[in-house]
Amino acid sequence: MGMKKKLSAKANFFLTVIFVIFVIFLLHLANVYMNAYQLKILNLMAIYGIMAVSLNLINGITGIFSLGHAGFILVGAYTAALLTLTPEQKEISFIIEPIIPFLKNLHTNFFFATLAGGVLAAFAAFLVGWPVLRLAGDYLAIASLGFAEVIRILALNLRSVTNGALGLKGIPEYTNTWWAWGWLFVTVLFIGSLVNSSYGRALKAIREDRIAAEEMGINVFKHQLLSFVIGGFFAGISGSLYAHWLTTIDPRITTLGPMLTFYVLIMIVLGGLGSITGSILGAMIFAILFEWFRRFEEPFTFFGIEVPGIKGMRILIISVIFILVMIFWQRGLMGRTELTWNNLYRWIFARRGGEKS
Amino acid sequence: MKELLILDHVTMRFGGLVAVDDFVNTIYEGELAGLIGPNGAGKTTVFNVITGIYYPTSGRIIFDGIDITPLKPHQITHLGIARTFQNIRLFQDMTVLENVLISQHHVLSNPDADRILKKHGKDPKRDGNFWFWRAVLKLGYVDKEKQMKEEAMELLEKVGLIDVMNEKASALPYGEQRKLEIARALATHPKLLLLDEPAAGMNPKETEDLMEFIKRIRDEFKITVFLIEHDMKVVMGICERIIVMDYGKIIAEGTPEEIQSNPKVIEAYLGREWEYV
Amino acid sequence: MTATLVLQNIFNGIMLGGLYALIAVGYTMVYGILRLINFAHGDIMMMGIYFAFYAVALLSLPIWLAFIVAILGSALLGFLIDRVAYKPLRNAPRISALITAIGMSFFLESFAVVVFGANYKSFLKVFGEHKEILRKYILIGNARLPVLTILVISITALSLLFLFWIVYKTKIGMAMRAISSDIPTTALMGVNVDMVIGFTFALGSALAAISGIMWAMRYPNFFPYTGFMPGLKAFIAAVFGGIGSIPGAVLGGFLLGMIEILTVSLVPQVMEYKDAFAFVILIIVLLVKPSGLMGQKMIEKV
Repeated sequence: MGMKKKLSAKANFFLTVIFVIFVIFLLHLANVYMNAYQLKILNLMAIYGIMAVSLNLINGITGIFSLGHAGFILVGAYTAALLTLTPEQKEISFIIEPIIPFLKNLHTNFFFATLAGGVLAAFAAFLVGWPVLRLAGDYLAIASLGFAEVIRILALNLRSVTNGALGLKGIPEYTNTWWAWGWLFVTVLFIGSLVNSSYGRALKAIREDRIAAEEMGINVFKHQLLSFVIGGFFAGISGSLYAHWLTTIDPRITTLGPMLTFYVLIMIVLGGLGSITGSILGAMIFAILFEWFRRFEEPFTFFGIEVPGIKGMRILIISVIFILVMIFWQRGLMGRTELTWNNLYRWIFARRGGEKS
Repeated sequence: MKELLILDHVTMRFGGLVAVDDFVNTIYEGELAGLIGPNGAGKTTVFNVITGIYYPTSGRIIFDGIDITPLKPHQITHLGIARTFQNIRLFQDMTVLENVLISQHHVLSNPDADRILKKHGKDPKRDGNFWFWRAVLKLGYVDKEKQMKEEAMELLEKVGLIDVMNEKASALPYGEQRKLEIARALATHPKLLLLDEPAAGMNPKETEDLMEFIKRIRDEFKITVFLIEHDMKVVMGICERIIVMDYGKIIAEGTPEEIQSNPKVIEAYLGREWEYV
Repeated sequence: MTATLVLQNIFNGIMLGGLYALIAVGYTMVYGILRLINFAHGDIMMMGIYFAFYAVALLSLPIWLAFIVAILGSALLGFLIDRVAYKPLRNAPRISALITAIGMSFFLESFAVVVFGANYKSFLKVFGEHKEILRKYILIGNARLPVLTILVISITALSLLFLFWIVYKTKIGMAMRAISSDIPTTALMGVNVDMVIGFTFALGSALAAISGIMWAMRYPNFFPYTGFMPGLKAFIAAVFGGIGSIPGAVLGGFLLGMIEILTVSLVPQVMEYKDAFAFVILIIVLLVKPSGLMGQKMIEKV
């Protein structure tokens, strides 16, 4: 029974570096060989990944049932877009009410715009979290949804800031593979490192039993707020990337509203609530499926029968899948565990000799 | 003997119900004291008030010279009071080791509690600042984590749980879970340990082991123990001083011999459905 | 502001309030018994409207029959939703049931989009030549009191009486009350818990359908997302009044309606933000008195 149960830290590090290089290589190949459409989906996977990992930190790891994620994504999207659009573009777009001069003249590059989106979203998360985190599970969910809706309604009506229902068009398509996957890498690194520390344990303890956690010396409110704000920050980052991927944003329910939160929720449930790698997998699967389901909205053949496409079919199928997953497969792909080298190693090698893994 | 915990006319009212009625007592440093009484007498409520879960309707709680009445539970833990629960509240989905590691987190966090300590001329318990950033960026954190793990494993060894350290808490048998809860509380480095019915649900052998265990940790870790129990064997066996509660009030106090022959105590218990082990 | 205007606003507020109250009662009933926020409640209301619409448009039923069909159909829908989606999660953590309820909400909305179409339809079609009834009003002073308002109040009152009768005077109502205290014990008493819960959903959904029909009579243009906002606001009203308390839901509903109408009439500039009022109220309520106006404080036992 001298079988090693765990890989050394060195081996872990080595494998991870190899993996990252491998991924970079794959992304490079993708950029060379994929067509524009496929590339866009690939980038969307990364954007969804950031949304999923950030929501998972709040919902899955800390156990806060927040439904307000779309609100933070929206803040990030608008902040970044308003910063990357040139003053001339803004002047032309704001036809109902002119944009306030301060905002018109703000202009910066994509990186700082994205960063600003994250910071402002984090600030919004702080403002929202402060009252909302005092509430219990169900109420917290509704309150967070309410706040996200307030943010959306504000975006809809503060025409001199957001251009109201018209939204922002002509946003430069800065989001490419490297920005999207680069930011995903940063997100995973940051949140992964956080979870893999005493703070991560504290957050999980809060998820398990708030009162016991408090009694063991953890300032539950402060840690919940911390989780909320970090999740909000990366939601804002994803918002910026999303805006520069869509090239137009508006405060509709489907674009940056509760529907988006629902999509992200599906991703993390599918991947496994509480698992970072699960969230990424869930995001990627969702991106592919959702895109693939588009075919049902055009006429298609089903075993030789011509079926007329119906608009909105995608969401219907996704909802059904979601409900089925909730009923039959609650733990999702990864459950609460991560896809680590150790786990892979154990899974591959520990099957021998009936050893307990 | 040094006064460690002073309960100064503590009353806890829930609407019309008076759960704790003018509770006055002092716990002395190093003692092993017990709190007994029929079901519903208000014992756990006293613990909940001490640890800050409830804010008392009136009265004060003074711990080690600091008025902890307005403080929150996490601050009180940081100041040196730890507890276990009547119904085990372990972090079930986490391993034994992780459960104990959690208790060390407060040393990284809680600047507010440290400020209180400093204000009263005591040493802060925190080990420096900016631990959040250090933890995420892994700057000077790896050593800290190693140190925490070593301390945790040392503690687990002392309490005899080192062999199961990577098992999920939910996988442990009942007796070991109770032990783990006590270990987890110990890992916060308390001065005062509150045990809420530690022997509940245990068979006689487990109870014997527990009694030895509690005495040992009091001596070895140099802490003060205040426990609630229904099991008279435990109470009379290890407690040096016993407080008896009924209907929220203290009705008697003294050594085991004094309590056993106290007519008021006997009366309180005879009128109830109460098990005498 | 003139007395007429004040009176007019009060009437409008009562109308809107009555509508919210009815929806809120359905919400609070399910929550009170199951501790589940049925996110899909507003969408069941929407389905009720579509049922009534198609009962007339497709089946050419007379209006009164169409309404009955819609109410029964919604009750059945509610029962099925519970049986299929919520029952399997009866013993799962509350979060799972909540998430499933959200999923159910989106399912109903997308179902309506696919099957009924995303475009707005008009409920006036249901009334055909009779649609003038909807616009009738009586004059009080110079203010118009729409007949519809009186209808809404009456139906709300009747529904509440009916509900009260069921919950307090029937056996199944007693079972419902028992379940709201303690499910396992109730099961041990020989009650078929699943059936009673299913019945509760059916009842709540029937109420949703009634409120949907009333809503569509007042706001005839409807589409698959019609139920989303009113559902959300009604839940807020229920929390405002004290979740789990039926009188609380009624009170909360009326107050919310009044606040919405009066605030807009006093400060016209905020009209576009009126949907946000409900959320602001929610946040204030949850911070100041989470148990709502008439709710009980729940003390967590440690």
